[in-house]
Amino acid sequence: MPGKKIFISGDEAVAEAVRMARPHVISAYPITPQTVTVERISDFVEDGSLKSEYLHVESEHSAMSAAIGAAAVGARTFTATSSQGLLYMAETLPYASGARFPIVMMNANRTVATPWALLSDHRDSLSQLDSGWMQVYCEDAQEAFDMILQAYRIAEDPRVMSPVMVNLDGFILTHTYEMVDLPDQEEVDAFLPPYRTENRMDLEEPRTVCYASLDEYMEFHMKQEFDMRKARAVIAEVDRDFGIRFGRQYGGLLEKYRCEDADAVIFTLGSVTGTVRSVIDSMRGNGYRVGLVKMRFVRPFPEDEVVDIAEKVKAIGVLDRDLSIGYEGIVFSNVSSSVLRACSAPAMVNYIGGLGGRNISKDNIQEMFLELLRAADGEKGKRVRFVNVGSEYDG
Amino acid sequence: MLLVELRIHGRGGQGSVAMAEMIAGAAFAEGKFAQAFPYLGGGGERRGAPVQAYARISDSPIKLREKIEEPDLVIVQDPTIMEMVDVLSGLKKDGVILFNSESTIELSREDVRAFFVPASRIAIETIGRPIMNTALIGALARITGLVSVDAVAEAIREKFPGEIAEKNVLAVRKAYEQVGGVE
Repeated sequence: MPGKKIFISGDEAVAEAVRMARPHVISAYPITPQTVTVERISDFVEDGSLKSEYLHVESEHSAMSAAIGAAAVGARTFTATSSQGLLYMAETLPYASGARFPIVMMNANRTVATPWALLSDHRDSLSQLDSGWMQVYCEDAQEAFDMILQAYRIAEDPRVMSPVMVNLDGFILTHTYEMVDLPDQEEVDAFLPPYRTENRMDLEEPRTVCYASLDEYMEFHMKQEFDMRKARAVIAEVDRDFGIRFGRQYGGLLEKYRCEDADAVIFTLGSVTGTVRSVIDSMRGNGYRVGLVKMRFVRPFPEDEVVDIAEKVKAIGVLDRDLSIGYEGIVFSNVSSSVLRACSAPAMVNYIGGLGGRNISKDNIQEMFLELLRAADGEKGKRVRFVNVGSEYDG
Repeated sequence: MLLVELRIHGRGGQGSVAMAEMIAGAAFAEGKFAQAFPYLGGGGERRGAPVQAYARISDSPIKLREKIEEPDLVIVQDPTIMEMVDVLSGLKKDGVILFNSESTIELSREDVRAFFVPASRIAIETIGRPIMNTALIGALARITGLVSVDAVAEAIREKFPGEIAEKNVLAVRKAYEQVGGVE
C-alpha cells in the first residue's frame, strides 16, 4: 500500500496503524468512544487486508485475558477499551505486565461513573498508573497513528518487555476527522519487524508463565522496575529512529515548546496541548514569556526532564483532566515529587479542568498563564484551582 | 491566516455529523487544513434529539481543540429546533446563517446575514428522501465559496457508493443554483 494523506477520525487512525502493525491476535469488546476502532479492525480482518485472529469476546476482562493467553505463546496482540471497560479489565492488567507481555492497548479516554457520562477525561487511565503498564498520551490523530507503531517497538524491545497503553481523548480525538499521513507498508515493516520472543510457552521447552513465587517476589518486581527505567532510553531511541524514517518526531518522554526563556510553563496531557500551543503563540506575540511541557509518557515518568525544567522556570502549572478525590490532580502529584529534587523551588499551581468533557478554552488557558506569571513574581495563591466552573465553586 | 469555524444544528439521524465531515473533507481535498467533530458537550445524541456538529477550516495546520462557541457560519437543518435551541448563539457579527427553509424566517438579530434554501424539497426531488445535508452543503458552497462544488462532489463520492453518491451530487448542484439571497 503506497503512502498517502487521508482524512479520517482518531479511532480510524488507530485502526489503520493496527493494520500496518500486523498483530497476530486482536481481542476486543466495543465501548464508546473506542467502538469505531474495533469495528474498523474487524472490517480489515473480514476483507483480508489484515491477516489476524479477531476474537469477539464477551467483556473487557476477557479481552485482556485472551490477549494475555495469545501473548503467552508469543503472539503480537492488540486490544482497545475505554473508561468502565478499562476498570473492568483492571484485574488483568498486572497479570500482563508481570508476565512481561508486550501487549499494546488503545484506551479512548472517557470519564468514569457516577455521574455516568461518555465524554473525555483521564480518570480512567490514570487510575491504572500503578499497573506496570507504560502510558502515553496523544495530541492528535497523527500522533495516535504513529504511537501505535512506536508502542510495539518499545514494548517488544528485549530491554523493556512491558505492555503499553496508548491514550486518546474520547471524542476530542477519537471522533474528530483530520488529516493523517499514512506511510508505506514496506517502511512500517522495516521499522517494526515481526515479533520474536523467548518469553512464551513452548512444547519443546516447557515453562510456565504467571507463576506463583514467594522467595523471589521482591526481586521479580525490582527487575520489572529496573527494566521500566531502561525503557526511558528506549522510548527516546525509538522516537529518533521513527523521526529518521517517517519525518515525525515527538520528543520521547516529553516535549518542551517555547520553554527556552519561559518564566511560566503549563504541563499538559493529551488533546488540550494544541490549544495551549495556540495560546502560547499569541501571548508570546505580546511579550509574555510562557511555555508548554507536553507530558507524553506518565509511566515511565520523565523525572530527570522535569527536574531540569523546574530549575529553569519560576512557575509551573499542571493541567490535570483528572482528580484524585481527597488530594489533588494525579499528574500534579507526580510532577511535584520530581520538582522536589530540583535545586530551586518554582511556584506550583494545579489546574483541574475538563472533567467529564468540560471545555477548556483559550481564555481559560490565558488566565492560567497570567496567574502563573503573577505567581512567578511572588504572588501567593491557591494550590489547586478548578477551571471553567462558576467562581462560587473555585475553592 | 484564514480560520473559519462552523456549527451545524440538526436532529439525530439527519446527518449533521456526516455533513461536518463532508464539508471538512471537501476543504481537505482542496489542500486546506480541516477538522470535523461532533458535539463535545453531552454525549446523549440520539434519533430526533437536537444535535450539533462542528468544523474548522484553515490555510495552516489547526492545533485548536476547544469547543466552537463563536462560529463564523451556522447551518440549520431543521428550523423546528429553534423552539428549543438558540441557533444564533455566539454567531459572529456579520456571520452567515443558512436555513433549510422554503421561506424566510424572522430573526432576533439584524447583524447577521441569513440565507434560505429549500433543501428538504431538493433532497426529495433528487435523492427521494428528505436527507438534506448534501443540498445544504451546495448552498454553503455558493454563499461562502469556502469549498467548491467539485470538491464537495469528491468528498461525497468518498463517503457514499455509486448511485447514492451521484444523487447527492445532483442535490448539491441544484441547491447551489437555487439558494436565495445570493448576489
